[in-house]
Amino acid sequence: MLIAHNILTIITFLPLVGALFVLAVPGNDDVSKTNMRRIALATALITFIFSLVLWVLFDPSDPGFQFVQNHEWIGDVIGYRMGVDGISVLFIVLTAMLLPVCIIASWDPIDSRVREYLVSFLALETMMIGVFASLDLAVFFVFFEGGLIPMFLIIGIWGGRRRVQASYKFFFYTFTGSILMFLAIMAMYWYAGTLDIARLLTVKFPPEMQFWLWLAFFASFAVKLPMWPFHRWLPEAHVEAPTAGSVILAAILLKMGGYGFLRFSLPMFPDASAFFAPFVFFLSICAILVTSLVALVQEDMKKLIAYSSVAHMGFVTMGIFAANQLGVQGAIFQMISHGIVSAALFLCVGVVYDRTHSREIAAYGGLVNRMPQYAFAFMVFTLANVGLPGTSGFVGEFLTLIGIFQVNTWVAVAAAIGVILSAAYALWLYRRVIFGLLEKENLKSILDLNRKESVVLVPLVVLTILFGLYPAPILDATAASVGALVDQYTAALGTGAVDVAGL
Amino acid sequence: MVSDLTSIAALAPAYPELALLAGAIVLLMVGVFDRTGAPRLVLGVSIGLLAAVALFVALWPGEGAVFNGAFIQDGFARFMKVLVLTGSALALVLSMSAGKEHALNKFEYPVLVLLASLGMMLMVSAADLISLYVGLELQSLALYVVAAIKRDSNRATEAGLKYFVLGALSSGMLLYGASLVYGFTGHTQFSEITRIVAEGGGSLGLTFGLVFLVAGLAFKISAVPFHMWTPDVYEGAPTPVTAFFAAAPKVAAMALFIRLTYATFEPIAGEWRQIVIFLSIASMGLAAFAAIGQSNVKRLIAYSSIGHVGFALVGLSAGTEVGVQGVAIYMAIYMVMTIGLFACVLSLRSENAYVEQIAEMAGLSRSQPFVAGLMALFLFSLIGLPPLAGFFAKWHVFLAAIDAKLYVLAVIGVLMSAVSAFYYLKIVRVMYFDEPTRTFEAAPGELRLVIAVTGILVASYYLTVGSWLTPLAGGAAGSLF
Repeated sequence: MLIAHNILTIITFLPLVGALFVLAVPGNDDVSKTNMRRIALATALITFIFSLVLWVLFDPSDPGFQFVQNHEWIGDVIGYRMGVDGISVLFIVLTAMLLPVCIIASWDPIDSRVREYLVSFLALETMMIGVFASLDLAVFFVFFEGGLIPMFLIIGIWGGRRRVQASYKFFFYTFTGSILMFLAIMAMYWYAGTLDIARLLTVKFPPEMQFWLWLAFFASFAVKLPMWPFHRWLPEAHVEAPTAGSVILAAILLKMGGYGFLRFSLPMFPDASAFFAPFVFFLSICAILVTSLVALVQEDMKKLIAYSSVAHMGFVTMGIFAANQLGVQGAIFQMISHGIVSAALFLCVGVVYDRTHSREIAAYGGLVNRMPQYAFAFMVFTLANVGLPGTSGFVGEFLTLIGIFQVNTWVAVAAAIGVILSAAYALWLYRRVIFGLLEKENLKSILDLNRKESVVLVPLVVLTILFGLYPAPILDATAASVGALVDQYTAALGTGAVDVAGL
Repeated sequence: MVSDLTSIAALAPAYPELALLAGAIVLLMVGVFDRTGAPRLVLGVSIGLLAAVALFVALWPGEGAVFNGAFIQDGFARFMKVLVLTGSALALVLSMSAGKEHALNKFEYPVLVLLASLGMMLMVSAADLISLYVGLELQSLALYVVAAIKRDSNRATEAGLKYFVLGALSSGMLLYGASLVYGFTGHTQFSEITRIVAEGGGSLGLTFGLVFLVAGLAFKISAVPFHMWTPDVYEGAPTPVTAFFAAAPKVAAMALFIRLTYATFEPIAGEWRQIVIFLSIASMGLAAFAAIGQSNVKRLIAYSSIGHVGFALVGLSAGTEVGVQGVAIYMAIYMVMTIGLFACVLSLRSENAYVEQIAEMAGLSRSQPFVAGLMALFLFSLIGLPPLAGFFAKWHVFLAAIDAKLYVLAVIGVLMSAVSAFYYLKIVRVMYFDEPTRTFEAAPGELRLVIAVTGILVASYYLTVGSWLTPLAGGAAGSLF
C-alpha cells in the first residue's frame, strides 16, 4: 500500500505542488486569474479527499501513532518523521476541509495579486498540516514557525486599513513567543539524544528541567492560542486580515497552540504541568470572563468574534489542564467545533462586508428582511458559539466543564458564568445586525447569499448541527489516544510535582 | 632547516593555490598587453578559473602539510576554500552587468579578486603565524584597491581610504599579537605553539598576544567593537564589490579565526572563549538595534552582516566540534544568502540608475514580482525563519551553544534575532505593502540565474542540501580535532 504508507507526506506537500502550478500559470489577465483559482481549488479539494481517506484508514482503537514514516535526515539530529494519532488526525481533516472554503470565499473579493494570494494560502496549508503530521520536534517547529511568513504577507498585503501594524504585531508576538521554544527543543535533544516525538514521549525529564522547558513551550503556545493576557495581537490581526485570513487564523492557527499543549506540555512535562495547572486555570478563567466582557463593548463585528475566540480558547486550556479523559476530549472537541463555528462566523461577516464594506455593527440592522437565508445561517453559528445544546459548541463546552468540575469546582463555576456572558454578547450582536428595522439606505437593496456563499456556508451549517447531535465521529477518533495520554500523565505524576514546587 | 620541497609532487596540497596564482598572472599579462577586448575576456576566464579551482579543491583529496608545516590542507581547509572560491566566483558574476556604472569594466578588477581569493586560501590553510600574515596581507592589499576601484567617486575613494587605514591598524595589532605569541612560546608554527601551551599552560604574556591576535581578526570579520569600517565601506564601495566583501573574505577570516582558536589555542580555551562570547553578544546586539534606523540598503546589509558574524560566533563560543560544524554550515548558508540578496539589490534599476534607498523600493512586487519575491525569501531566511536555510544555520550554532550550557548567550542570541527581524521586515513591507512609486527595469539574465539558483537552495534546504551539507561540515570540523 504505497499510498497508505506515504499518505501523510502526500497530504502535507500536495498543496505546495499546487502552489508551484499556480506559479507556472502565465499572464495576469482575468482568464489566468480564474485558472489560478481553479488550480488552487482543485489542489485543496484533492488534499481534502486524501485527508478523508486518512480519516477512513485511521484505526481509532489504536492509541499509538499510525502511518508512521521515520528517517534520519539532517545529521543524526533532525529527522523526517511523520505520523498521526487520535489527537492530531482530526486537525488535519479540519485544515484540509477549510482550505477549499477559503479559496471559494476569496474567489470574487480578492482580485489583486491573485497569484501571490493563492500561493500564500497553499504554502500555509502545507505548514499547518505539517504541524499536525510531523513527529520530529525540530520539524514540528519548522512548520509551526513557517506559517508565519505566508500569514504575515496575507495580513499585510490584502488586509484592511491598519494592516501593516496588524501584520507586524502578529509577527512579533508569535515570533518572540516561539524563539524560547527553539532553545528548549535543543535542550531536550541534548538530554534525550533524539527529537523523535514518539521516543521523547517516553523520556522522563528531571523536574527542575521540566520547569524551564514547560515555561519555554508555554511562551510559544500561550501566544499562539492565545491565552489571556497574551492575546493582544489577535483582535487586530483578525480585524485587518482578509476574510479567508481570519478564517484560517481562527480555525487552524489558534489550534496549533492547543495541540502543542496536548502533544508536548502535558505528556512530556507532567510534573511541571501539574505544578502550573492552577496558574493555567487562573488565566483560563480570566480569558473566559474578561474577554467576554470586552467582547460585549465591541463596535466591530470581527473584533467581537475575535474576543469570543479568546474566551473559547479559555475553555480549551481549562480542559487540557484538567488532565482527565472528559476534559481533554472536550478540549479537542471544542477546538474542532470552534474551528468550524468561528470560521463560519468570519465568513458570515465577510458576506456582508463584501456588500457594504463596513464591519461596524452600527452600520447594520434588519438584515433578516432582505437576507433570510443569511439570517438563518448566522443564527445557527451564533447559537453554536453560545453553546446551545444541539449544536457542536455545546458538546465541547459541556465536556470541558464536567472535566474541570472533577478537578476544581470553583473554576467550573466561574467558567459557567462565562457561558452566560457569551450568550449575552453573541445574541446582542445577532439582534443588532439581523433584527430591528431595515432603516439604512444602502441595506435596502442588499442581496441574499449567492451561490458561492451558499456552497461555503451550507456544509458548515450541516456539520455544526451534525456534530451537535451526533458527536461520536470525533469522540471515537480521539478516545483511545486521549485515554493513553491521560493514563500516562497520571502515572508519571509521582513525587515529581513536589520537587517542582520546592524550587 | 631543510626544505621539504623535494619535487613538484611534494607540492600537491598546494596545487589549487598554484593554479590560481598562475592563472592570475597570465590574466594580468593578457590584460596589460591586449587593452581592447580584454576586460570581458579576463572577467569570463576568471570566473571559470575560480569555479574550476573550487571544483578541484572539492574533488581532489590532496591533503597534507607542506612548506615545513606552514601550509596545511585538510578537510576543514577544503570545505572553507570551496566556500571562498564559490563566493568569489559568484561575486564576479554579479559584476558582469554592473561593469560600466560601477567602473568595474577594467581587467584589473577580476585579477585583483583572484589575488584576494588566493590570499584567502592561504589564510584558510595557514598553519604558521608567518604564513597567516602573508595570506592576510595578500588578501587585504587586494581588497583595499578593489574598494577604491571606482576612482572618480568620492564615496568609493573615501571607503577605500577608510578601509585601508583601519585595516592597517588591525594588521598592526595582529602582528603585535603574533610577535608576543612568538616571544612567549618561541615558535611561529601552530602545532608547536599548541604543544608549548599545553605543556606549560598559558602565561600572561601569551594571553596578551592572543587578545591582540583575536582583536585583529575580529576586525577582519567585522565583529563589534571592531566593526566601524563596515557600514561605510559597504555603502561606499561599488555594489558588486560589496557583495564580494560580504561573501568571501568573511568566510576566510572566520576559518582563520577557527583554526587559531580551536586548533592552536585549544589548551587555553577558557581565555579566548570569554572574548568570543563578548564579541558575539556585542555584535548581535549592536547590529540588531543599529540597523533599524538605516535607510540605505547597503548600510543595512552591512549591519546585518555584523549581526550574522555575531550569530556565527555563538557556535564558536561553544568550543566544541559541534560548534565548528555549526559555524561551517552557518558560513556556507550565509554566503549563499548574501550572494542571492546582492543579486536582488543589483537587479533594482529604475530610470537608468541603481536603487539603493529602501524607501525607493516601494511596490517592487508589482513591477518585478520575481525579484521582489526572491528578495523577500532571502530576507526571511536572514531573519532565520523556517523552513528556509537561515533557520538551519541558526539551528546548528545554537545547538552547539546549548550543548555547551551557554544558556544566557543563547537566550540573548534568539532575542536579538527577533529584534533583527524588524529591519528585515521593513524591506519586505516597503516592497509588498506600499504602493508603487516607480517602475523597475527587468533584471539581466545572469542575475536572474544567480537569484533563481540561490533562491532554490535557500527555499529547499531541508529537502535538498541539508542532508548532505551537514555530514560534510561535520567531517570538516572533525579534521580539526
